[in-house]
This record gives sequence, C-alpha cells and structure tokens, in this order.
Amino acid sequence: MKIIGIDSSGLVASVALAADGVLLGEFTTNNKKTHSQTLLPMLDRMRQDLDLDLKTVDAIAIASGPGSFTGLRIGSATAKGLGLALDRPIVEVPTLEGLAWNLWGADGLICPMMDARREQVYTGIYEFCPDGGEGFTLHVVAQQEAIAVTDLIAKLNGMGRKVIFLGDGVPVCLDRIREELKVPYALAPEHLSRQRAGSIASLGCRYFAMGRAISSDAHAPEYLRKSQAERERPHSYEV
Amino acid sequence: MEQAWKEDALVLGIESSCDETAASVVRGGREVLSNVIYSQIDLHTLYGGVVPEIASRKHIEKINQVIRKALDEAGISLRELDGIAVTYGPGLVGALLVGVAEAKSIAFATGIPLVGVHHIEGHISANYIEHPDLEPPFMCLVASGGHSHLVMVRDYGEYEIIARTRDDAAGEAFDKVARAIGLGYPGGPKIDKAAREGDPNAIDFPRGKVEGSPYDFSFSGLKSAVLNYLNGCRMKGEDFSRPDVAASFQRAVVDVLTEHSLSAAKDLGVKTLAIAGGVASNSALRASMQTACEEAGIRFVYPSPVYCTDNGAMIGVAGYYDFRNGYRAGYDLNAVPGLRIGEKQGVSR
Repeated sequence: MKIIGIDSSGLVASVALAADGVLLGEFTTNNKKTHSQTLLPMLDRMRQDLDLDLKTVDAIAIASGPGSFTGLRIGSATAKGLGLALDRPIVEVPTLEGLAWNLWGADGLICPMMDARREQVYTGIYEFCPDGGEGFTLHVVAQQEAIAVTDLIAKLNGMGRKVIFLGDGVPVCLDRIREELKVPYALAPEHLSRQRAGSIASLGCRYFAMGRAISSDAHAPEYLRKSQAERERPHSYEV
Repeated sequence: MEQAWKEDALVLGIESSCDETAASVVRGGREVLSNVIYSQIDLHTLYGGVVPEIASRKHIEKINQVIRKALDEAGISLRELDGIAVTYGPGLVGALLVGVAEAKSIAFATGIPLVGVHHIEGHISANYIEHPDLEPPFMCLVASGGHSHLVMVRDYGEYEIIARTRDDAAGEAFDKVARAIGLGYPGGPKIDKAAREGDPNAIDFPRGKVEGSPYDFSFSGLKSAVLNYLNGCRMKGEDFSRPDVAASFQRAVVDVLTEHSLSAAKDLGVKTLAIAGGVASNSALRASMQTACEEAGIRFVYPSPVYCTDNGAMIGVAGYYDFRNGYRAGYDLNAVPGLRIGEKQGVSR
C-alpha cells in the first residue's frame, strides 16, 4: 500500500509518501504561506528523489481541515487533481487528528490547537488506546471544533487528566494556559509540534485500510466555520 | 527541445476566476468539443453580489465533476490532451487558486504541458470560436463586471490597451443601478430585460468623458446621476418608471461604449471590431455596435451569449495560441489577481 500525504492547512506546507509501514519521503517547510507556489514543486521533488511512479500510488491522504481556508483549498485541489488524473480515491484526515498522530503512544490527553483568530482555536481532544496488538489507535475524546480558549481550558479542567499541547495555537494561548489550567500539562517539542504530511500519510494508511476512502470528486475541506457573509447574512441583508 | 505544437492540438481549458466553475475541450484553437459551466449565480443572488469565500468553496466542490463532464462530452480521455490551459488572473484570488492548483496537479500527474491564461485575453479569444475566418489584427471592446477596455489585438497573443475605464467597469454600473431600482443581482440581464419596456430617451443621463483621453471610459458620473434622479423622485414623492430608468441608463452606457469604440477604430484604421465579456451579450449594445459598424464600413463580430459569460472554451482557445507561441507554465504557477493584459507571471517561453 502506497499513500501520498498532503498538509497545507496552516503555515506548514508538507508532502510525504508512506508505503507498507515505512515513510519513504517527507518534505516540510514552516516558513511562509506561499503554498500555491511551493506545494506542487515539493511533491515533484519528492517524486524525482524517490523515483516514484505515480501510477503505483493507491490513494491520496489530505489534511482535510480545519485550517486556513485558502491553504486547505490549495491542498484539496492538488489532491483532487491527482485523484482525477490517476483515478485514485482520497482519504480525508481531519487536520487535528493528523496533528495528534504526531504524538503517537503518548500517555494522557493530546490537545492539538490551531490559531483560529477571533479569540478562538481549532482544537480537539484525543488519547491513544492499545489496539490489542502491537500498536495504538487514536481515540477521539472530543471532536474537533472552533472554540474559545477559555472554554477549552474549562473543558480540560473538568476532565482532570494530564494533557500535552501542540500546534500553532499554543504560543497564542500559552499565557491563558499558564494562568487558568489546573491539570498537569506539557508542550510538544519542535519536531512534533506542527503539521506533518508524514502523519497524514501514516494515519491515512490506517483510515484507507478501514475503508474510509472517498472519490476525489466528493472531497471538499471541512472548514468548521461558515464564511463571514453567511454568518452575518440574517442581520445585514434582507432577501 | 519541446515537441512542435500540433495544428489540431486538443486543449483542456479551466476557468474559476469568479462565480463560474467551467471546463472545456477545444480542438485546433477553434472547435469547441465541450463547454461545461457550473454557475453559482443563484447562491450569490442571496447576497446581492459575488461573495469570494462562498465562490471559492463552491469551486472546490464542483471542479472535478465539471472537468470530468467536459472530457466525457468531448469523448476525450485525459491522456489524449496536448495541453491544459487555466485562468490564473485577473480575478478573485481564492477562486483562481482552485483552478490553478487543480490544473497544475493534473498536469503534474499526467505530464501534459500547462499554460496560465489571462482571463480577459480569454474573453477576447472567444470571438475565434464562431468566426473561423477571424484573424488578428482587430480591435475588441471588453466589457464585463470587472473590466471595460478597448484592446488592439495585433497578433495571436499580442495585445495593446487603447482605452480603459477610469472608475467603474460597465458591468459594475449595471449591477449598482439594478440594485438601486430594485431589480437585484445580476444587473446586466435584468436591466436589459426591463429596458425593453422603457423609453431610452425619457431621462437625459450624462455620457461620461475623460479629459485628455478621448477613448477612455468613466461610468461613476452616470451612476451618480441615476442615484440623484431616484433620490429626486423620492424627495418629491413621485414614482419613477423602472423601465424608463433602465432604458435611459442603458442607452447612456451603450452610447459611450459604441462612440468610443467607433472613434478609436476609425482613427486607427481598424477593419474589424469585436466585443467580449458579460456585457457583450447585452442586446442594446449588440444592436448599436452593429448599426454603427455598418455605417462606418467596419466588420462587427461578437460571440454567442454562452461564450460571453465566463467559460472554459475561451480559455482553451487563448491557451491554444499561447502554447503555439511557445509559452509554458511550471508547477510553481500562482494565481495573480491583478494580472494586466499582455502581462505574464510564471508563464514563459
């Protein structure tokens, strides 16, 4: 089984290739939001370096949201184009599940956070459970959502378990966490703390094996937020 | 060395610059084998205009189906294509990015050559579809929701701007006036229809001129004059005739577009005048240009309404000639929302 992973949901642009339990390649930058110019050349570079025949790929795993609306669409259109041209399905990996997968096997709760602006973060709460064999499965404790930082902290306090934070929402919320969080916590180190297409490809392999692939036509990002016009319509415009 | 460009090459054209998701297969730069357009207009009507984020979201939902349908209707498989052409500007950046990322990805996965096409150059090239004998040089009036230009087409892919609008685009003026008289969005077709019941000479609205630039357009004064007129009626407690306002406003726009196009065409010795863009499907403009061109002994050409609206066929046609001129785009092609006519960014020989 060979799966391409793509994540362009935030500042990170990342592509990876996982095959039969091994990560064969991964390119990641965390620099500027120039994904439109960098993502596909990155994939091309990986293809050349790995001497990859695209026809041997089984599916494309995409960080399917939440994230930057435009960033998500660049990744999605890239995945959909590959799916259409190669006649392969897409595996949608929710961005925050992909982030949580970075901390595979860790004890306690995993809380990835992405900066969602407007005093909110995109977040979910996860834990790893033994899969009865030689690994772990990712268990969703709280589904990903856009939520006020204070509300998230209250939720975690209510759960009363130790938690590991990661994601680009952490620096934005750190003061609040330090002030208001009452449970033990830790912050993930730099090599695990941001989106990685390696995680999307790896988790994508598992979701693909579970039969969670969809047609490339059907895929669209999960934004977790309506557009501003839709949010404001009932108040500002009479039909 | 690139392979020589085939005369009967098959090009897939992809367009997503505003609120239409469109794809088309064109053979030999002239023959349209399919032309699939998914219009989002009903969605945006709820908001009185195009909402960029909603447009972008719809594009990503529909783009694969639209491309697949274009290939199916043409009876062409992806592997048979000689080139993929995609609109990369001007337009709404989020909307453009969907088409650009999709086109690049398909080109990457198949090895088919890619080129980025200028949206307005596409509109102009729509004239080639139904006029097989049309060849440069000719002059084209481009009038749409975002653009009002007089463009000299010196050769395939070689454009020179003769005149532009100093403020509102013609189509923008239509939308704003339509909203003011309660016709709603989209303004162009609704005013065109309402005007048929009205008297174009009922109200004397001003014909905008630009000091020192006789061919340039200005529509903001006209728009203000309409709003002032409506306000005046309201102050006096009088009703206004919607058909008369629509007809008189439309007459003023059409007069200006026709006069400026004809005077530039005559001064520059142009033998063929074309129109393009959404406003080019306005029936009064077509009639006025037709009459004026006949009087001046100038050939007048225009596309069918389906090729005036945003569509993939015009991108396939323009892309065909860009390919023929040796242009190619790399996988780093980006959307350029402010791309100027004749400008290339990330597309080179």
